[in-house]
Amino acid sequence: MSQSEIYSINGPVVTVKNARQFSMLEMVYVGHQRLIGEVISVNKDITTIQVYETTTGLKPGEPVFGTQSPISVTLGPGILRNIFDGIERPLEEIAKDSGAFIPTGSAVDPLDGTKKWDVTVCVKVGDKVQGGDVYATCPETDLIVHKCMIHPYLNGTVVRVVENGAYTIHDTIIEVEDEKGKLHRCTLVQKWPIKSARPVTKRLPISMPLVTGQRVIDTLFPIAKGGTAAIPGGFGTGKTMTQHQLAKWCDADIIVYVGCGERGNEMTQVLEEFRELIDPKSNRPLTDRTVLIANTSNMPVAAREASIYTGVTLAEYYRDMGYHVAIMADSTSRWAEALREISGRLEEMPAEEGFPAYLPSRLSQFYERAGYMKNLNGSEGSVTIIGAVSPQGSDFSEPVTQNTKRFVRCFWALDKALAYARHYFAINWNQSYSEYAPDLERWFNKHVGPHFMAQRQEISAILASETKLMEIVKLMGSDVLPDDQKLTIEVAKVIRVGYLQQNAFHKDDTYVPLEKQSKMMEVILYLNKRCKEVVALNKPIRLILETGIFDKVIKMKYDIPNDQLELFDDYFKEIDTIIANIE
Amino acid sequence: MSLQYVGLNDINGSLVVLDHVQNASYDEMVEIELNDGSLRLGRIVQIEGERVVVQVFEGTNGLSLANTKTRLLGHPMELPVSKEILGRVFSGAGRPIDGLGPVYADKNMDINGQPLNPVSRVYPRNYINTGISSIDCLMTLIRGQKLPIFSGSGLPHNQLAVQIVKQAKVAEENGEGFGVVFAAMGVTNDVADYFRRSFEEAGVMQRVVMFLNLSNDPIVERILTPRCALTAAEYLAYEHNMHILVIYTDVTSYCEALREFSSSKGEIPGRKGYPGYLYSDLASLYERAGIIQSAKGSVTQIPILTMPNNDITHPVPDLTGYITEGQITLDSELHSMGIYPPVGVLPSLSRLMKDGIGKGFTREDHSAVSNQLFACYAHVQDVRSLTSVIGEDELSPTDKKYMEFGELFEKHFLNQGFDTNRSIEETLDLGWNLLSVLPKSELDRIDNEVIDQHYDHEKAIESFNIQDEMIIKELQLGT
Repeated sequence: MSQSEIYSINGPVVTVKNARQFSMLEMVYVGHQRLIGEVISVNKDITTIQVYETTTGLKPGEPVFGTQSPISVTLGPGILRNIFDGIERPLEEIAKDSGAFIPTGSAVDPLDGTKKWDVTVCVKVGDKVQGGDVYATCPETDLIVHKCMIHPYLNGTVVRVVENGAYTIHDTIIEVEDEKGKLHRCTLVQKWPIKSARPVTKRLPISMPLVTGQRVIDTLFPIAKGGTAAIPGGFGTGKTMTQHQLAKWCDADIIVYVGCGERGNEMTQVLEEFRELIDPKSNRPLTDRTVLIANTSNMPVAAREASIYTGVTLAEYYRDMGYHVAIMADSTSRWAEALREISGRLEEMPAEEGFPAYLPSRLSQFYERAGYMKNLNGSEGSVTIIGAVSPQGSDFSEPVTQNTKRFVRCFWALDKALAYARHYFAINWNQSYSEYAPDLERWFNKHVGPHFMAQRQEISAILASETKLMEIVKLMGSDVLPDDQKLTIEVAKVIRVGYLQQNAFHKDDTYVPLEKQSKMMEVILYLNKRCKEVVALNKPIRLILETGIFDKVIKMKYDIPNDQLELFDDYFKEIDTIIANIE
Repeated sequence: MSLQYVGLNDINGSLVVLDHVQNASYDEMVEIELNDGSLRLGRIVQIEGERVVVQVFEGTNGLSLANTKTRLLGHPMELPVSKEILGRVFSGAGRPIDGLGPVYADKNMDINGQPLNPVSRVYPRNYINTGISSIDCLMTLIRGQKLPIFSGSGLPHNQLAVQIVKQAKVAEENGEGFGVVFAAMGVTNDVADYFRRSFEEAGVMQRVVMFLNLSNDPIVERILTPRCALTAAEYLAYEHNMHILVIYTDVTSYCEALREFSSSKGEIPGRKGYPGYLYSDLASLYERAGIIQSAKGSVTQIPILTMPNNDITHPVPDLTGYITEGQITLDSELHSMGIYPPVGVLPSLSRLMKDGIGKGFTREDHSAVSNQLFACYAHVQDVRSLTSVIGEDELSPTDKKYMEFGELFEKHFLNQGFDTNRSIEETLDLGWNLLSVLPKSELDRIDNEVIDQHYDHEKAIESFNIQDEMIIKELQLGT
C-alpha cells in the first residue's frame, strides 16, 4: 500500500504534493480516520482527491493511502432488502454501530459476512467456464434466486467444487484454472468498479413495455423494458410520488431505488412503506425485490455523485442474471449539481449556468447503461432507467433538463398547474412524449388487443383538439361554441378527470391492469361516439349532460373493482338507454 | 500549550490569511486577540500547506497585519448546551447576551451536526393542530416536518408564525415537553422584539431559546446562527425528549451572507451569484428536522423566507422548495383584500400530510375534503381569469356557482383572524359547508358514499345566507 501526505484542504477536495503512484479514479483512504476518497486529477506536482465524507478536522500532513483499484462495489447475495449509502455502506449496520447519526470514517463491510446462504453448485470439475457463466445459485429472498457468475473477464476450467450446502459469502465455492494455469478462487461475491458498465454479448431491440398500472403512462406515454425516461418537474409537482408509484407497481423483477440528494424522511417512508406493501403477483413484501441507495441532501456531496453509479452497477449485476431491473434515480439534478460543486472546487472553467462542460457526456454515459441485453451467459435481461429531474426555477430550458432530453426517449413533463389542482399524476399531455410507442405496438396488439393502439390514438386526438378549443374558450367563454365542440370539451374532461387522473391512495385505482385501462377507454370513446350521433341530429348536448352519465363515467375508476371487468357492460347498456331516450 | 501566531498575511473582506501555521485542521476554530485585548472568533475555511485562510465571524474591522495574535482552539465550532438554555437569549454565534452569565455546560456540541441516518429516522405521522383552517385542512403540519413560510415584504408572516406557536401549544397535552427555538438572521430589532413580546404574552417565554443576529450585527456570524439554533434544538429534542418547534427568519438574509462570504473567497458563482453549493448548504440546515427512533422528542422547522420581488423561482425559495416538505405561501393579493392569514392556497403544499391525516389522526373524510377544495379553488381561478375577459354576466350557471364558492371560501375559510382557534372538526365541517354550495356533480374527487354522508346543499345556502346577513347587521350596528 502506497502512502503520501495531505498538502491542502478545501471542502471535500484534498490535494497531495509530489505523489506519482496514484492513478486516475483510484480509491484512496485519506487521513488517520481513513475517509474514503477518489483521485480525480493527476499531474506532475499535484494529485487531487475528492473525499466522500466530511473533511472537518482533517490536517495537512496526514497520510493518504492508495488501494490500486478504482471505487468498486461488492456484488453478491444480501444486496436485496438492504439500504446502502452512496458508496455501498449498509446504513443499518452503521446505525447499529454508531447510533442515529452517521459518523465519518466508518468502515463496515457492504454485505453480511456471517450469514450462511443455501448454495446449489451448478458446475462440476472439468467443466469449461467463461465470463458470466452461472456456477452457483442461492435463494436470496423468497422472490429472487441469486445467481453467482464467473467474473466477466475470466475463462478457464473448473478444478474444484464444494458440495451443495450452507456457506458464507467469503467461502470458496469453486476454483477455476485459467489458460495460463493460474488458479482463481470464486466465492459468492465479486467486485466491480462503479464507473464502468458490465460487458454484455449484445444489445437487443426494445420490444416489451414496462407495465406500470398507471393509466397516463401505460396508455399515452409507455416506457419499454430497457428504456430510459425522465420525469422533470418543479418542486411539489409529484416527482417523488410518481417514482414511488412506479417502484411499487411496475412489473420489473428488481427495483433499485436511488435517493440522490433528496429528503431523509422520504427514504424512511420508502423503507417503511415497502416493508408493509405486498406485491400482488407474489404475495411477498416489496422489500424482497428492492434495494435502496440513500444519499440524502445533507450527506457528503461527493458520495452523491457516486450513488447514481453504484445504483446502476447493482442493476447491471442483476440484469446479468437474467432479471428485468428498473432503477429509479431521484433526482439526477442533484447529481449534476454535485458535479458542479466539485468542478467549482477544482476551479474548472464553467460552461452553462456554472455546470461543467462535461455534463452532457456524463449524463449520456449514465443513460446509455440502460438497455435490453443479451448477457454473456446467454440469458436476457434489461435495465430500465427512470430519472427525476428537478429544474431550477421550474424552467425546462435549464441545462440539466435540456441535456437529459437528448438522451432519454420518454419524457414525462410534470406540470405545476395540474399539481395545483391536485391532478395527479401531473403529467402534462401536451409537453410529454414517448418514442417507444411504435416499438411496443406489436406487444400491445398481441397481449392487450388490436384496438389498444387505436384507442390510444383517439384519446390523444381528443385531448389535442381540447387544447385548441380551450384557447377560444379562454377568450370568449364556452357558451359560444357549437354543440359538437362543446361535446369535445366535455369528453376531454371525462378523459382528464376520469382517466388520466389517478388516485394513488385508492385501493383499486392505485394499480390498474391493462385490460381495465382498455375497457375504460372503450367506454369513454363509445360515449363520445353515441353523443356525436345525438349532436348530428341537432339535439342540444345539454340533454345528455343533465342525465349525469358523464359524471357516472368519470367515477367508473372507483366504482368498478379491478377483478370485475364484466361490470363495464352495464355502462354500454346505460349509454344506449340514455341516448335512445333522447332520440 | 497552544502556539500563538502574531500578525496576519492578508486581509480580504471577512477573510484573513495566516502563514507558517503548524498543525491546523480543517474547520477548526481560531481565536484572534487584538491589541486592546478584545477577542474575535474565526474558522479555518481553507488550508494549503502552511497557509491557512480564516473566516472571522465578527468582521475584520480594525484588524491590521501586525496588531493581532491568533490561537488555534483545536476543535470545530461548538455550542455549550444544557437544559438551562431554555428561556435564555444568545447572540448569533451562541454567546449569552441577556446578561445572565455563561451557561453551565452539560456538554459541548459541534454546531455542524452530523447527517441523520435514514434508517434511524421515524417517518413523521403525528399532526400538529395549529387551529388555522387553511393550514390544518389543506397543508397539515406534521411533527418532525420542515414547512417553510414563503412570504414577501409587508406580509404578516411573523404574525402567522406567532399564531402557530400560540395555538399549537394548546393542542400539546398539558404543554409539557414543548419548546420553541427562535433564530433571527438579519431581521430588524422590531421584528425580534415582536417575537419576544408575543412569546411573553403567550406565556411560553420560559420554554423559548432565542438566537439573535440582527440586521446590524456582523454578517458572517449569520452563517452560524441557524446552526447554533438547530444544535440547541437537537439537544433538547433528542436528549431531553422535548417537542421543539424551530422558527428561523429570514432565510434570504442567511443566503445573502453566504453569497458575500463565497464571493470574498473568490469562488465560482452559480445562479444569481449564489455559490454552487447553496443547495447542499441549505439542506444541511433543513434536513436537521425529524424524529429519531432512540428519542421521544422531535424537531419541527418553520423557516421563514421573504421571496425577493415575490418571485418563487428565485434561487432561495426554489432550492428551499426542493428540500423542504412543502411550503406555506403567503399571497399579497389576499393580504390587500384584508384577509388574514393570507395563505395562497394553490402554491402551498404539505408533503407529509397524506400519512398524518384521515382515520385515526384527524377525520376519515379529511383527504377527500382537502383534495376537492384544492380542485374547486383551482377552477375558481380559471373562471376568474375568464371573467376578466368576458364579464361575469356571460358565465355559465356552474361557473357562476364557482365564483360564489370562491368568494365564500376566501371570506369564511381563509379569513379567520389572529385570535380564532378552530378545531379540526370545525374546519372540516366548514369545508363541507362550502363544497355544498356547488352542485353535487362538480365534486369529482370524492367517493359518492362520502358525498352522500356529508353533502347538504340546503344547509349550506342557509348557513352562509344567515352568516352573510349577520355580518351586514353587525356592520350597520358598528356604524
